[in-house]
Amino acid sequence: MIASSKRSPLTYLVHATVLFLVVIWTIPTAGLFISSIRDKDQLSVSGWWTALSTSEQLIIARANDPKTQVQEGDQYVIRGNILEGSSGSVSKFGFSSLEPEAFEAGTVADLRKGQTLQVMENGDYAFSSPSPWEGRSQRIFYTAEIPPRFTLDNYREVLSTEGLGKSFINSLTVTIPATIIPILVAAFAAYALAWMRFPGRALLVAAVVGLLVVPLQMSLIPLLKSYNLIGEFFGVGSKTYVGIWLAHTGFGLPLAIYLLRNYIAGLPGEIIESARVDGASDFDIFRKIILPLSFPALASFAIFQFLWVWNDLLIAMVFLGNNEEHLVLTGQLRELLGSRGGNWEILTASAFITIIIPLCVFFSLQRYLVRGLLAGSVK
Amino acid sequence: MAQLASALVTMILGVLGCAVYFYGSNILLDKIFPTKNRPAQQVASNLRIANSIRPWLFLGPAVLLLTFYLFYPVIDSIRLSFFDRSGEEFVGLSNYTWLFGSDEFFESFRNNMLWLIVVPTAATFFGLIIATMTDRIWWGNIAKSLIFMPMAISFIGASVIWKFIYDYRSGGDAQIGLLNAIVVFFGGEPQNWITIPFWNNFFLMIILVWIQTGFAMVILSAALRGIPDETIEAAVLDGANGLQIFFKIMVPQIWGTIAVVWTTITILVLKVFDIVLAMTNGQWDTQVLANQMFDWMFRGGGDFGRGAVIAIVIMVLVIPIMVWNIKRANAEMEGR
Repeated sequence: MIASSKRSPLTYLVHATVLFLVVIWTIPTAGLFISSIRDKDQLSVSGWWTALSTSEQLIIARANDPKTQVQEGDQYVIRGNILEGSSGSVSKFGFSSLEPEAFEAGTVADLRKGQTLQVMENGDYAFSSPSPWEGRSQRIFYTAEIPPRFTLDNYREVLSTEGLGKSFINSLTVTIPATIIPILVAAFAAYALAWMRFPGRALLVAAVVGLLVVPLQMSLIPLLKSYNLIGEFFGVGSKTYVGIWLAHTGFGLPLAIYLLRNYIAGLPGEIIESARVDGASDFDIFRKIILPLSFPALASFAIFQFLWVWNDLLIAMVFLGNNEEHLVLTGQLRELLGSRGGNWEILTASAFITIIIPLCVFFSLQRYLVRGLLAGSVK
Repeated sequence: MAQLASALVTMILGVLGCAVYFYGSNILLDKIFPTKNRPAQQVASNLRIANSIRPWLFLGPAVLLLTFYLFYPVIDSIRLSFFDRSGEEFVGLSNYTWLFGSDEFFESFRNNMLWLIVVPTAATFFGLIIATMTDRIWWGNIAKSLIFMPMAISFIGASVIWKFIYDYRSGGDAQIGLLNAIVVFFGGEPQNWITIPFWNNFFLMIILVWIQTGFAMVILSAALRGIPDETIEAAVLDGANGLQIFFKIMVPQIWGTIAVVWTTITILVLKVFDIVLAMTNGQWDTQVLANQMFDWMFRGGGDFGRGAVIAIVIMVLVIPIMVWNIKRANAEMEGR
């Protein structure tokens, strides 16, 4: 629009700037994903941007048990391979923690009393001694060039042992009803506010707009009290799925009503009037005309609400609590941040699991999301 | 699996329940005030009564939920702010005097103000330039999509993503956090970024800017497209350069939208909670109101009075925007 000629240097500047910004905006997520599929030993010693290069690691291995020794001539020998079948190459080795890189691969190291250790580049090692080996198995320190290794082990670990699998189901359990219920409730209310005449309508619309921005924080304490009372009354405890569904419904309603009312009020009045003249009741009009026509608006809100509920941490923490059984993904991730703070293989894989569903929803239904955003704020 | 099945059953029951309510209450209304095969006079009066009741059948559940979840709690929060920690004993203004006398409150208030200034400004600014530039290149939609993407990521997920970037290894260990790796690459000294008082606030704000820029971009981009071409063509004919067109022709025409974006992000910033909780939990001078409130809600068994007072401060900060929104909505209704 601004540039008068298409191939001006300004155009190249624009391309470069946008590219730069896009890279900045995507790199954090990309780094997370790449890290989550890296081998955990490599992840903890090198940045994810080196994922494709060979890394040098200092590793401590334990040799086979002395029981496996065999007699070769007058020597008792323990053999094995420290790399245990994985690819890579040993460059240096040692037998004490003071000098872990004392010997080049392939050379023979003298321990004491005629005992020797030899480690080859491919990881084969041999302890030999004139007298039988006894006691605990020996330690070998070595430095190895490990080729890049990508694995799904991190995901396997978090899904099974860290409880992410259960949380995933919990999140689904919370999210799906908490998305559908407000749509139904709001659609009827929106129709009434848009096309039915009754005293107090303008006031209600203003109230909805006002409630749109009421901070959640105002509701938390009174609701927590009410929930405790209600839970006590029914003897079911205050942290239930029904409780959180209704809470999300309540908090999502202002936006739902506002969005849907704007949309439904914009539908052509002639259709509704002519249906009325033909004797259709409001309920029929709603069911047969309004609902099908408002599909785009319903979809927009559904995506909003889905993303919001799935990504919510505050409401889940207050109304579902911190106990293992009920933790949703966001809550679980927060627990892990506390308990496994430095274990990036766990955190990155867990984080990716929590964001994968919203990302899929986002990329497949972006059109509706954008439409909803525009309807929700520009109008 | 059993859980998912029971969730599914409850969900179907819930949805059915809603449907039955709306359907059933309508049929009931028609039964009580029948309009078929009745004398004309009665039909007219029945129709009138039924039509005055029906809106409330439609609105009923929504009004009940809004009242229970938003309207009543606001009133009750105000009441609780004058009561003690358990919400039973009236303590007058002592929660308020405690709040305005506590250093922690001023720390979070200052930080919230910083957030309020920086995040909406930065997100709107980046959103506006990205929207302007992406409209002019052929791969603009892909670029937009990628910049919009963080919107789908939870605050807590985003916190993990950025915590990884800010990661710090002491001593001579290789840095696996991107930021420190870059600093080391240019010969700098690696830092534990999120523990540096004052500046760490900005490292936390970056996360929210990263998330919200996409939102600003999408809305501003639509507004920019709505600018009539003639105004720009006229400026080009008059010899205005690109920057002049941008600042003097385009920006003034979308002021309204910029204000909407700004206030929407402002409201979000006032409620910012997850990011601070996950990154620092208010340590190293990064406390904000929402996190402080959450803290008091549960600290030592929970202090409802003090928690409520902090919630009210957040509410008071939101009120000007709320009033402005209602005025705008009313003006729009009259315009219809």
